[in-house]
Amino acid sequence: MDNFFESAYSIAQQIKDNSITSKEVVSKYFDNIESKNSELNAFLITDKQAAIRQAEIVDQKIQAGQQVGTLAGLPVAIKDNICTDDFTTTCASKILREWKPPYNATVIQKLISQDAIILGKTNLDEFAMGSSTEHSAFGPTKNPVDPSRVPGGSSGGSACAVKTDMASVALGSDTGGSIRQPAAFCGIVGMKPTYGLVSRYGLIAFASSLDQIGPFGKTVKDCALVLNAISGHDPYDSTSLDIKSDDYLQYVDRDLKGIRIGLIEEFDEVLDVSLRENLESATNLFKQNGAEIVKVSLPYVKYALSTYYLIAPAEASSNLARFDGVRYGLRVDGDNVEEMMINTRTQGFGQEVKRRIMLGTYALSSGYYDAYYKTAQKLRTALISDFKKVYDQVDVIICPTTPTGAFEFGAKLDDPLQMYMSDIFTIPSNLAGHPAISVPFGTDSNGMPLGIQILADGLNDSKVIHVGSALETLRTEG
Amino acid sequence: MEMPANTVKNDIEDFLKDTGFEATIGLEVHCELKTATKLWCSCKNSFGNEPNTLVCPVCLGLPGSLPVLNKRAVEYAIRIGLALNCTVQNSIFHRKNYFYPDMPKDFQISQYDIPINADGYVTLPDGGSVGIVRAHIEEDTGKSTHFSASGRIHESSATLIDYNRAGIPLVEIVSAPDITSSEMAKAYVTELRNIIVATGATDGKMEEGSMRVDANVSVKRIQDSELGTRCEIKNLNSLRSLGKAINYEIKRQVDNILSGQKVVQQTRHFNEDLNQTVTLRTKEEAEDYRYFPEPDLVPLNPGAAWIEQIKAEMPPLLIERRRMVQDLMRETQEIDQLQSAIAILVDLNLDSVFKQTVGIGANPTIALKRLTNEAANAVEAARNLNPEQFAKLIQLETDNKISTTQSKTILSKMLENPDKTLDILISELNIVSFGEAETTALVEQLIKDKPDEFERFKQGDDKVTQFFIGQIMRLSKGQANGKLVTEILMKKRNQF
Repeated sequence: MDNFFESAYSIAQQIKDNSITSKEVVSKYFDNIESKNSELNAFLITDKQAAIRQAEIVDQKIQAGQQVGTLAGLPVAIKDNICTDDFTTTCASKILREWKPPYNATVIQKLISQDAIILGKTNLDEFAMGSSTEHSAFGPTKNPVDPSRVPGGSSGGSACAVKTDMASVALGSDTGGSIRQPAAFCGIVGMKPTYGLVSRYGLIAFASSLDQIGPFGKTVKDCALVLNAISGHDPYDSTSLDIKSDDYLQYVDRDLKGIRIGLIEEFDEVLDVSLRENLESATNLFKQNGAEIVKVSLPYVKYALSTYYLIAPAEASSNLARFDGVRYGLRVDGDNVEEMMINTRTQGFGQEVKRRIMLGTYALSSGYYDAYYKTAQKLRTALISDFKKVYDQVDVIICPTTPTGAFEFGAKLDDPLQMYMSDIFTIPSNLAGHPAISVPFGTDSNGMPLGIQILADGLNDSKVIHVGSALETLRTEG
Repeated sequence: MEMPANTVKNDIEDFLKDTGFEATIGLEVHCELKTATKLWCSCKNSFGNEPNTLVCPVCLGLPGSLPVLNKRAVEYAIRIGLALNCTVQNSIFHRKNYFYPDMPKDFQISQYDIPINADGYVTLPDGGSVGIVRAHIEEDTGKSTHFSASGRIHESSATLIDYNRAGIPLVEIVSAPDITSSEMAKAYVTELRNIIVATGATDGKMEEGSMRVDANVSVKRIQDSELGTRCEIKNLNSLRSLGKAINYEIKRQVDNILSGQKVVQQTRHFNEDLNQTVTLRTKEEAEDYRYFPEPDLVPLNPGAAWIEQIKAEMPPLLIERRRMVQDLMRETQEIDQLQSAIAILVDLNLDSVFKQTVGIGANPTIALKRLTNEAANAVEAARNLNPEQFAKLIQLETDNKISTTQSKTILSKMLENPDKTLDILISELNIVSFGEAETTALVEQLIKDKPDEFERFKQGDDKVTQFFIGQIMRLSKGQANGKLVTEILMKKRNQF
């Protein structure tokens, strides 16, 4: 394979050095889109003309010696639940099929201000609800490593696009693992930053207290490059953190001396042999290179999945209420306004979205609120205090990103609980609001890629980049 | 059996006395805050604009948009809380979920179990008191216009929605069920309105819908300890409707119980044309609002320092302003009869000009009467009266140099011509001073001219008094002081 595509960071350097033009770069990526997308269905929409036009503007700036942004000329893909005023934003749902937002999400503004070139919008499980991209109303995305298998989800389109060089980097959103799990399934890097580090303004909400936008890249360094561009306080998001900005690129390529790495006891019993071996070989690499390995315990982590499947659907049931046919999107008529709303939602939403709206509505209903939603919030608090104790002992935690490699289409479609289990290792970070990164490491018995996940305490995004980058280096050396 | 619409206060009191029932009433008052912008976005907070011109992704609830709390709205809510003697506390926001087309997100951001203001009270002018359970922040909805005979959405062929109002900040003030009659309810709303308007946080215009009232009414037999089943009457937008709706509802519920039926818990609507309350929905049809903490907002912790600052910078409370006027009038004999005039003076924001005028030495009773009667017709001008000129005018009246009528005439000119001095106004109006000397001269002249009439007057024919006064008013071209003329005439009768 052409080595050219292996590092977005290096492409950005070449564009800046004027050793290649952005237009040439964008054209190369569009060649890939044109040859691969019809089979893989990573992109729902692209605009080559607009992308080329913007690339030419960046090239002119560079040739004129003007100052350009850190992502100047770099082709980027955007998950289709992030609002863009140049592209429809559908959430892969019939209910928003033709909806074009009148505004850009804050992250889009930030990418544009760094002179990135937005190629188009990528496929996802409808409203980011799913772990396989099979729940897209516009057909599934395929895993580029084995097209009979799912790419993971919900940000399957973004993961697939980066893996197949249809985009140099991409944005996804991660509510319970929706960046890290498809990154692992497709064999690339995906990062969920600390909750509040990246603005959610313009991200169409699934579960507001869990959603976080983050980057996909071929390398940890590429993710750090994108995180530099999209992080920072946003006055339009009340949950955005007002903290000093950091340069995440400086944490790449560091050694592991003095780093304490935790292994979660409670995960031991759920790991099958191949996953345990994979984790052990990662652990050994860390140990051999100066890190200290510590066994740690998160007693409440066993409730994480149940907690998540109460809180996330509860918030979703409220967030998705606005899709009622009154103001925008699909409208299916009825004899009165109530029927119109019911018809619109019945025809507009897919199975999985309806399932979660019902779960959430139930969890919030009077008489059930205390037993479900409130209990879930208590367990969430308990898990956070578990993590707090652990991070007194270690800098990061490592664990597999997923319990299996990518599965075949349809394998879990009729068994939602099995599907939900895909997120068992990723969900705790969302509940705690902590950063986590998935770095490709090893393969399963089918030869499908696996990921090792690095977790850290809130606002320690630098640590997951540091340790993630080290693992990446050790993997290639090893 | 329907009760006639014009049932007066005493009828309902008699009715309750006769039947042995009493009413328990609690009110929820929604008032819009006068912030420059909306609660979650920077759209203008303004009434009466072209529909859907003051909207953005946030107040339209477009996918991906997020709310950011307006700091000024919090400040205004705290002002209201302080004025209602509430505890201002750390609070959080909740989502109240229900589907309605004029609510852009199909949930309303409100406060639920932990409101910003709790546990206050309002003292009524008659000395009574009504507890305030809470005064919390929430957002307003858009405004629907339904095309149907009933004005209800379900039968309508079309509905137009104006989202300009969506996201305007509201404070909902929930009273304790301390109110026992429609009269007390009206007195409470009137006083509450005056108190919160004085904070500068809201304009309290019921007619524009910037203040709306829901009434919770229940009845029970006097000897019963448990409260009866309550009904909530929604969206009462005038004091008149409030009073009528409560009286109708009391009568309806008592009649219901007396005829052996039960009061059914429900939400009712007051039909102004029929003067009746009608069922909107029963408890069974009531929405389950599925309240849960709003994840897009952070807890609202205003902090003691900010609350203190708001308190310090707040306009003086209504009750303090009334006390200030009362202090200035403490020498006055008739102060008890003037209490309602004092309240009006403060409500009209004329207490400041009053204070300045009396400070210069003007008679407080006359100043109060002129400001709350004549000047009240031109409130804006009255607030800008020159206290010195106004005080001089009152002094002339106090000294009997001019009549009350003359004084009123000059005042109305003074309000129209703020730049003209009292002397210029007097000369322009050709005001002639009919003091004691001038009036005596006129009276003496008249006695000389009409000796027969004066004879009859001396013999006690009081009808002639009116004749003399009439003659003198004519001679003075209406400028003489009638009271003074009478006094002098009486003196003359005793002299001769």
